[in-house]
Amino acid sequence: MAGELRERVSIDGQTAMVGIHTGGVWVAQRLHSLLGINEPLGVLDISFYRDDFTRIGMNPQVRPSQLPFSVDDRHIILVDDVLHTGRTIRAAMNELFDYGRPASITLAVLVERDGRELPIEAAVTGQHMELGEQEHVKLTGPEPLQLEINRAP
Amino acid sequence: MSVNLQIGEDGRLRHFLSIEGLNRALLTEILDTAESFAGVTEQSVKKVPLLRGRTIVNLFFEASTRTRTTFELAAKRLSADVLNINISASSAVKGETLLDTLRNLEAMHVDMFVVRHADSGTAHFIARHVQPHVSVINAGDGRHAHPTQAMLDIFTIRREKGPDFGRLTVAIVGDIAHSRVARSQIHALNLLNVGELRVVAPRTLIPAHVESLGVRVFHDLHEGLRDADVVIMLRLQRERMEGAMLPSEHEYYRLYGLTRERLATAKPDVTVMHPGPINRGVEMDSHVADGPHSVILEQVTYGIATRMAVMSMAMHPVTGQESHD
Repeated sequence: MAGELRERVSIDGQTAMVGIHTGGVWVAQRLHSLLGINEPLGVLDISFYRDDFTRIGMNPQVRPSQLPFSVDDRHIILVDDVLHTGRTIRAAMNELFDYGRPASITLAVLVERDGRELPIEAAVTGQHMELGEQEHVKLTGPEPLQLEINRAP
Repeated sequence: MSVNLQIGEDGRLRHFLSIEGLNRALLTEILDTAESFAGVTEQSVKKVPLLRGRTIVNLFFEASTRTRTTFELAAKRLSADVLNINISASSAVKGETLLDTLRNLEAMHVDMFVVRHADSGTAHFIARHVQPHVSVINAGDGRHAHPTQAMLDIFTIRREKGPDFGRLTVAIVGDIAHSRVARSQIHALNLLNVGELRVVAPRTLIPAHVESLGVRVFHDLHEGLRDADVVIMLRLQRERMEGAMLPSEHEYYRLYGLTRERLATAKPDVTVMHPGPINRGVEMDSHVADGPHSVILEQVTYGIATRMAVMSMAMHPVTGQESHD
């Protein structure tokens, strides 16, 4: 993924990486050091931007978002563990834009699976999976990082 | 009266009426959520879309500037619509009962009431009578409770001193008898297992049996401040005092006013707090209020994040509303 990212994005002083809590941060930490990005890694908790708050209420395990750089005019590599419906990425982009106006956002995910509900696709993907509607893939970690496939009841 | 009124069957916050009846896990969840909301002020758009389309009514039967404006700002930063109703200037003076006022507001499809009233128990009363999808937050009722103030004070202490309350000595100084803030602080600090909790005041301003709440009582300021990590000064509540409980404000300041000299017996890194509004020269000297140990303005700032946390946690998911047409 790091190699592919290097081809897709020119890594320079304007590049910054942002991981989405929790799995996305683990993946981003690896990519961040492999790519040697100067800016410290940013983390997003998208709980306040979810579109299902009115249905399920507040996420009790919300953590602070931390973007230790200015988002304005930045080329941002957004990293998550699994791309499924696309709703998390929609929320993350909304949150990023409340911090400023990035020059571009490139999406990189460890696992890309079927089941998209929004017109969102990743530029760089570690692995593609075809899963049933009842199946869920989850990254557990941080040590060791493992992919788990669960069948929902 | 059920204390569980505040907690739903799923263990989540339904209403926020008093610290009593809550547990340590919920208080910690409020503090952690507030920590996340504190970061929202670093965004260039200081707003999150969480409560978009929800309506919150600030129902204030008693004067307030700081509490009402921080509740209003908190609601706006959550993208809710806010209505401020000051009852002294509305139907109550025309004879409408509290329940009729409530029913009329509910008919406007309100999702949450933030209530302040001079009578103890008003927020509980309202919480028992609202429709199931409506939440109630207590913004101060009589001498009883002011739980969001207590939570923002605790949030401030945690930011200043770290999460280990067990090693802290906290002294609450002043008009304990009339203070809903003190009562809520005492319950909250006890739930978080604070190391030592003291109340410091003249005998006339200490309620009977206050020791049963797990506090040490001091009548001498010098003794009460000794080695304290946190000093919380309370406002002298002239409006709630009947008769002469104090000889004079001047006499009070002479014995209990916080000055730099008196603060010297506390720990060198002592934190000084006050819920406001301050009576300068009555509860404390300006050198202390504006001095390096004071976090009085930080308390105001943290009040917004803390109230955002409580409002978003108590806001009911919409599913409960579907049966209501």
